[in-house]
Amino acid sequence: MYQKNKEIGKGIDWLMVWLYVMLVAIGLLCIFSVEYKLGDNVLQNFLGFKKEYSKQLFFFGASLFMAVLILLTDSKFFTATANLGYAFGVLLILATFVVGKEVGGSKSWIPLGFMNVQPVEVCKIFTSLALAKYLSFIEPDFTKTKSQIIAAVIAFTPAILSILQKEPGAAIVYFSFGIAFYREGLPAIYLVLLFSLVILIIASIVVPPNALFLALTIIAAYFCYLYRRRIKRDKNILLVIASAWVLCVGVQKFLVPALFDKVLKPHQVVRIFSTFGIDDFKFSNKEREAEIQKEFSKLGTTKKGTGEKVESYNVKQSKIAIGSGGFWGKGFLQGTQTRGEFVPAQNTDFIFSSVGESFGLIGSAILMLLYFGLMFRLIFLAERQRSTFSRVYIYCVTGILFFHVALNVCMTLGIAPSPGITLPLLSYGGSSLVTFTVLLFIAIKLDADRQMVLR
Amino acid sequence: MSVFNQSRQNVIRLSFAIVFIIIVARLFTLQVISSKYKIMADDQGKFRKVIYPDRGIVYDRHNKVLLQNATIYDLMMAPTKLKGVDTFALCKILQIDTAQFNKKVVDLIIRNGRTRPSVFEALLSDAKMAMLNEVMYKFAPAFYLQERSVRSYPYDAAANVLGYTAEIDTNFLKKHKDEGYVSGDYAGITGIERSYEKVLMGERGIEYWKRDNKNRLTERLEKGKFDTAAVAGQNMHTSIDIELQELGEKLMQNKLGSIVAVDPRTGGILAMVSAPTYKPKFLSGSERRKHFSELFLNPANPLLNRTVSATYSPGSTFKTLQALIGLHEGMITTDFRVSCSGAFYGCGGGNPMKCLDKGTFDLRGAITISDNTYFATVMQRVINNPKYPNVDSSLAAWDRYMYAFGLGHKLGVDVPSEKRGNIPTPAQFNKVYGEGRWNYCTFRSVSIGQGEVDVTPLQVANEMAYISNKGWYKVPHVVDSIEGGDKFGMLKTFQEKHSATDIPDSVFEAVHDGMQNVVDKGTGIAAKIEGIAICGKTGTVENYSRGIKQPNHAFFCGFAPRENPRIAIMCVVENSGRFGGTYAAPIVGLMIEKYLKDSITDKKRLDKVEELSKLNLIPDRIYIEIKRQDSLRHSKDSAYLIAKNYIKTIKDTIGLEQDDETDVLDKMKRDKDSTVKKELPKKDNNDSLPVIKAEAVLPNSKKKPEPKDTVKN
Repeated sequence: MYQKNKEIGKGIDWLMVWLYVMLVAIGLLCIFSVEYKLGDNVLQNFLGFKKEYSKQLFFFGASLFMAVLILLTDSKFFTATANLGYAFGVLLILATFVVGKEVGGSKSWIPLGFMNVQPVEVCKIFTSLALAKYLSFIEPDFTKTKSQIIAAVIAFTPAILSILQKEPGAAIVYFSFGIAFYREGLPAIYLVLLFSLVILIIASIVVPPNALFLALTIIAAYFCYLYRRRIKRDKNILLVIASAWVLCVGVQKFLVPALFDKVLKPHQVVRIFSTFGIDDFKFSNKEREAEIQKEFSKLGTTKKGTGEKVESYNVKQSKIAIGSGGFWGKGFLQGTQTRGEFVPAQNTDFIFSSVGESFGLIGSAILMLLYFGLMFRLIFLAERQRSTFSRVYIYCVTGILFFHVALNVCMTLGIAPSPGITLPLLSYGGSSLVTFTVLLFIAIKLDADRQMVLR
Repeated sequence: MSVFNQSRQNVIRLSFAIVFIIIVARLFTLQVISSKYKIMADDQGKFRKVIYPDRGIVYDRHNKVLLQNATIYDLMMAPTKLKGVDTFALCKILQIDTAQFNKKVVDLIIRNGRTRPSVFEALLSDAKMAMLNEVMYKFAPAFYLQERSVRSYPYDAAANVLGYTAEIDTNFLKKHKDEGYVSGDYAGITGIERSYEKVLMGERGIEYWKRDNKNRLTERLEKGKFDTAAVAGQNMHTSIDIELQELGEKLMQNKLGSIVAVDPRTGGILAMVSAPTYKPKFLSGSERRKHFSELFLNPANPLLNRTVSATYSPGSTFKTLQALIGLHEGMITTDFRVSCSGAFYGCGGGNPMKCLDKGTFDLRGAITISDNTYFATVMQRVINNPKYPNVDSSLAAWDRYMYAFGLGHKLGVDVPSEKRGNIPTPAQFNKVYGEGRWNYCTFRSVSIGQGEVDVTPLQVANEMAYISNKGWYKVPHVVDSIEGGDKFGMLKTFQEKHSATDIPDSVFEAVHDGMQNVVDKGTGIAAKIEGIAICGKTGTVENYSRGIKQPNHAFFCGFAPRENPRIAIMCVVENSGRFGGTYAAPIVGLMIEKYLKDSITDKKRLDKVEELSKLNLIPDRIYIEIKRQDSLRHSKDSAYLIAKNYIKTIKDTIGLEQDDETDVLDKMKRDKDSTVKKELPKKDNNDSLPVIKAEAVLPNSKKKPEPKDTVKN
């Protein structure tokens, strides 16, 4: 066994590595194209560590270093330290409450001098490992409620902490573990329920409350009618329907309004509303309504109640940049919107817009192919694992990647609210790049050692 | 256990694929199907920068520059760098206080944004510029100077001919939709600046720039691939003799009226003086707005080009044409004689048309002493010619001659706002008197150039060119040639000879004889110059303003030398009183001398120039009007004018297009009059004012054809 591992490249899935390198390279080009000004000395700037593309290059180097370290590590190390690492990760998040630095309104960063680390981001690695570890133990038993609860606790503890840190965007990503759970035998009903809940919440936002209430009642009545014979035999079914109805109405009438009334911040409310094109909202609390109206009018594009869709400035500019790219794109460094700095946060959250503008539909579609190719390759890798640990872990990585890509791209295209999550490997930021590198390379390492049965 | 869930990997794959398809479909709609975003991107990301070429330069006939370009400076302000600027020092130079300064800064930031530089003060005057230039370093980089090209006039003359340029308004934009103008552009508004706008403007260049989120231009789009270069406007050579023009303007100082001098062989206009006039540089550069309102409100109407836009009855100068028609129609011969016993009795005894010199005259003599009876008789014969079945057709024949002489229609001169004047037609009389209810006696005063006939000074000058050439003229024009070719075919019409009648030279010789006698020993002796055979004709024109008789206009027209004529000229001095020979003739004499002899050297003649230029013949009604305006201004202050929207109206008139400028000016004058009238009754101080109603000096159609049989000369 040790003999085999002497050669670092042995058993590595090179397709994964190449996909990874290509994506990071594209990311560097995009950051460069966003930041580059006519007349800049490119070489000097790349080495100068002043510009973000220069920093990103450095982070890339650091990531490769991490990747090599991971490839040199015995894969048993990951199983052995999974729980310890998880505890460390959670502690790190907790530490931000004490020593955290405020960046962009959320106190979720730990300053390390040369860079800021976001523990919630890093904690994805530890959580994935911990979940893999736990699920590899309880392998035959994921149908039991106890296992489900423990898995959920492992998965959502960091998420809940990050919500407490007012960084709900990062928390959403933790739902991606659902994919791994599902693959490992979590009854599909949970996903159906989760999906229904999402739909119910969206419906509560979009559909007028009383109409939705009526619809829910009619659906409940219809079910009663459908199962009328069985209800005669077993009154419990009626109870189930009734409680489901109560639950739905509860979500619709109390949870969602409470969410918008109390939990979410005004700008988040506006983000969600603007995605669904709602502008005639009402709140019981006048102060809150005024606050939200104020946030809303920052968008400035339309007046209340005109029916025209209100968009946030960021999303609108992103759509303009992407939409103006056309089929072939405007060419590298030729994008007028990118060069004119019209899209805010184009280095980070909205980096996809620079691809869309410079390289058009062709370039964007190729980028999407690379991402989804990476994900499908990951699924392929996962499925060929003999060890449950490896499979679960790789599925966790796939899920995280999927959530990030899908949410980020849909946000830049204006079809999902912007939760503020990065585009993996492309967005500027050391924390994000290193996290995804580590996630992927642990997967590659585990795959390289797939002949071992890990516990 | 996991084996049982193996099929679930496909569910996961499927859902990934669905999301992938959704994303690509969305990309497809955004990037390929919808064009909205491309337009929005172009709107905010590209900038079309217009590069203005230099306007063409205008030369006079001796290649002296009349109109060229000069650089003037705008004071620009960059709001972001405003901190720490010594505003007090700047305010002192700009003559504003700190509060005004702050207000202006805030206004500009609101209008143009914080990041873009704005024009803090446009078109700095020379004085401010001189002060600023030395200390500019103190205000940098928040303030800097930006060059701008304006028109400059090396000579303080020919304002009405050259015209001015000004910022165009929305009307202009609407009319010239496809010619590439954008709001904020400058274009020629009057004079040849307007008529040759296309030639002088040149072709604009366009540079495409990229623009950033703060509206700053960053770099050329695709390294200037789509840019077009600017082509400078074409230079133009005019027939104006600027020294002659200057002399004319000097002579017409303190008078209302005009002089037009034409080269009869080419139709080129040598001088075109409209008095009062203004310094052309007043309407170019920093003080434009202020000067414009002053000139505009001036009751003497210096903005009006009287040579083409004012019409007068031609008076006795018209008689030469009657002679031509009479001779050509065979109604008279040069020996035809009429005796005047004191008045023209051809229409019976009632209300006869008087003549001053009793006696019997032949054609030459009648022209020389300007005998009313003679020409009344000549025209009577023409109109009552048995060749024509009725007075309709004979008057129509008479009209044809008049049109051939260049009267009654626009000549087509290249100076805007030309009036057509009026030659009475049968249709006109039928309308006024009814068909068959008029005859020669109804309009007999036309025969001596009074009544229903109206001409512009330019038409009279052209008529002189026609007589001097013995039967042809070329359309008078200012511009002779355009450097680089006449691309728009604007000069073609000036090459054609107009010779619609075939009047024999002998007839002209007779008329020339009479006209030479006018200057040699007749009413126009004041125009006489030793050694030059000048032919001329005086005119003294009665005129009315709102039915009230005004002092006569003095006319003199002529040409010289008699053989191979080189100058045909016309001079009007409005409301001078006295006779045409008194004031207009000496002016014409001096002009001819200046042009033919190239300079006036004789001490006596130079004294005459000074004497004439000092002579004040501006009628009282102008002074009354000025006084009235002043008192109004004092009592109501300028707030009144602003409240009455005058400031706005002034702005709106800049850039009138096709519609005749003078009409609008007239209309505004009338508005002003009515407001004056409305205001005045409340005031007591106007009791002392004379009863004469003040009115613009436009002795045209408004006056009534009162009995005018009491005409001299």
